[in-house]
Amino acid sequence: MSTKIQKEARRESMLLNMGPSHPAMHGTIRVMVELDSERILNSEVEVGYLHRGFEKTCEHRTYFNLLPYTDRLNYVSPLINNLGYVMTIEKMLGIDVPERAQYIRVIMSELSRISDHLTCLAAMAMECGAFTVFLYKIKAREFIWDVIERTTGARMTTSYIRIGGVRAELHPDWRDDLKKAIVETRKVLKDVHGLLDKNKIFLNRTRDIAVVSAQTAINYGWTGPCLRSTGVYYDVRKAHPYLVYDKIDFEVPLGERGDNFDRYMVRMKEMEQSLRIIEQAMEMIPEPSSPLQLMAEGMKPAEAIKASRAQKVEERIMLSPNLEGSEKERYKDISTAEKKYTVPPKEDTYTNIEGLINHFKFFMEKHGIRPPKGEVYFSVEGGNGELGFYIVSDGTDRPYRLHLRAPCFHLVSAMEEMIQGHYLADIIPTFGSLNMIGGELDR
Amino acid sequence: MEMEKKKALDDLRKRFSGKIKETFLKFGDEIVIIERDSLLDVVKFLMKEPYSFTMLLDLTCVDHIGQENRFQMVYHLFSLSNNHRLRIKLSLPEKDPVVDSLTSFFKNANWLEREVYDMFGIQFNRHPDLRRLFMYEGFEGYPLRKDYPLRKRQPRIRLRK
Repeated sequence: MSTKIQKEARRESMLLNMGPSHPAMHGTIRVMVELDSERILNSEVEVGYLHRGFEKTCEHRTYFNLLPYTDRLNYVSPLINNLGYVMTIEKMLGIDVPERAQYIRVIMSELSRISDHLTCLAAMAMECGAFTVFLYKIKAREFIWDVIERTTGARMTTSYIRIGGVRAELHPDWRDDLKKAIVETRKVLKDVHGLLDKNKIFLNRTRDIAVVSAQTAINYGWTGPCLRSTGVYYDVRKAHPYLVYDKIDFEVPLGERGDNFDRYMVRMKEMEQSLRIIEQAMEMIPEPSSPLQLMAEGMKPAEAIKASRAQKVEERIMLSPNLEGSEKERYKDISTAEKKYTVPPKEDTYTNIEGLINHFKFFMEKHGIRPPKGEVYFSVEGGNGELGFYIVSDGTDRPYRLHLRAPCFHLVSAMEEMIQGHYLADIIPTFGSLNMIGGELDR
Repeated sequence: MEMEKKKALDDLRKRFSGKIKETFLKFGDEIVIIERDSLLDVVKFLMKEPYSFTMLLDLTCVDHIGQENRFQMVYHLFSLSNNHRLRIKLSLPEKDPVVDSLTSFFKNANWLEREVYDMFGIQFNRHPDLRRLFMYEGFEGYPLRKDYPLRKRQPRIRLRK
């Protein structure tokens, strides 16, 4: 069994194998290169080392149950994956989401975008030798993940954005945390601009390396920051506005040359825009209908269940701490009014028969969320570009077919062409600037 | 912009009257169902101005097991200048799942078609390098087909030399 490049390589050239596990390749991907001394003549990229059968698995899960699998696609911005999937289903069901939940979604997806870009550029800079930049960026990401963690309960596998809304209300002092994260991220961005923008070592490795023209980028189906680095104005948030992005004022940064440096720069500028979006959303978000405080007092669930057998329970029920933020009072802020499509409030499930029936109807096999027959495509702007879901429904509670349009699939498919003619060492910043995410690419 | 969008579908219907089975809207998405042999002509026509569907957003397949035309290819085209998405679908019979390759128009079709070949076993005419993308050489069956069990085991393969 020999691969194409092994068969076609010239006798006098050297074949070198990078990956699938290589210190400078932050993802499991294999690049085989045919070298003339250090110059790359040809290359072959082999992917699939992280293939987990995401699409096949989803066909066997209910619409509600497959949400956690979407966390594991692009694992540095799981909230955007949740959002893409959830909004595709909402498009099929035709349900409206409360305004506050929409703003929460915007804040969360912009936070994810920043953490995505920070991770990408941190890894790229580190692989070029700028370890300080890596540490600075990871520090900024920690502040962002703190906000995410305190609201969603998880740093990476969030499953926070749910069909019809979000799982829980923002945590009580989210404004302070968020402000702190914004201030810290701004500081880090300024420092990184100072460290890298005119840094000769960094410039030599990124300027005019792996230049991609706008036409080639379009022909490869590129989207997101990489497409914009070539000067093409396309952002799903502007072209097909979703949530409340049309009410928010932000710019779409563009590059000029489409080289590694432009891809770095577009990401840096995009983070600034994301911070702007978050700041505006913080101002514009409607007030919650009940104050954001911890509701720890109340009757124990077991007692409430017992008491409800005799008469209607009026007291407040103390929920388990992992349900913090999804108390019954909060539902009208964070979840759609259509009861069929959301998990009923736990207070109802514990104490009255309708709530219990709703709960079982929601989770029972062949009941639950059943979108109408048909097929739908919907996309959001992910960290890497247009993150689209194509879902075919046959009217049952499981998708008949679910396909993910992974943005970095298209980016990485251009790798072979991009590195041709460059030096072996250029693979590293080029690969870093593409932000290949194994979970999303290989699915 | 809206005019342009409507025009694309109307012109398509006019130009390929016999080859287009159906055009309709579902959940707000525009869908065109065409004959298998007209794919290259239709795409070539749509790529030109003023329609300029210059981007292949996505390409995938759906397995409708039990139907005579078992496989359904799904193409998502996108026009940047008109901000217009279009879905093109065509059916392939189970016995002869072959369709023309789009690699001559779109470079990302190369990998996308390799993925579909890998997962569904669809053959693509004139594809430069049709082999598995995610799975390895020696993998048996096509995992996204509906008759492939979720937990099927694979035979052991020899180590690569």
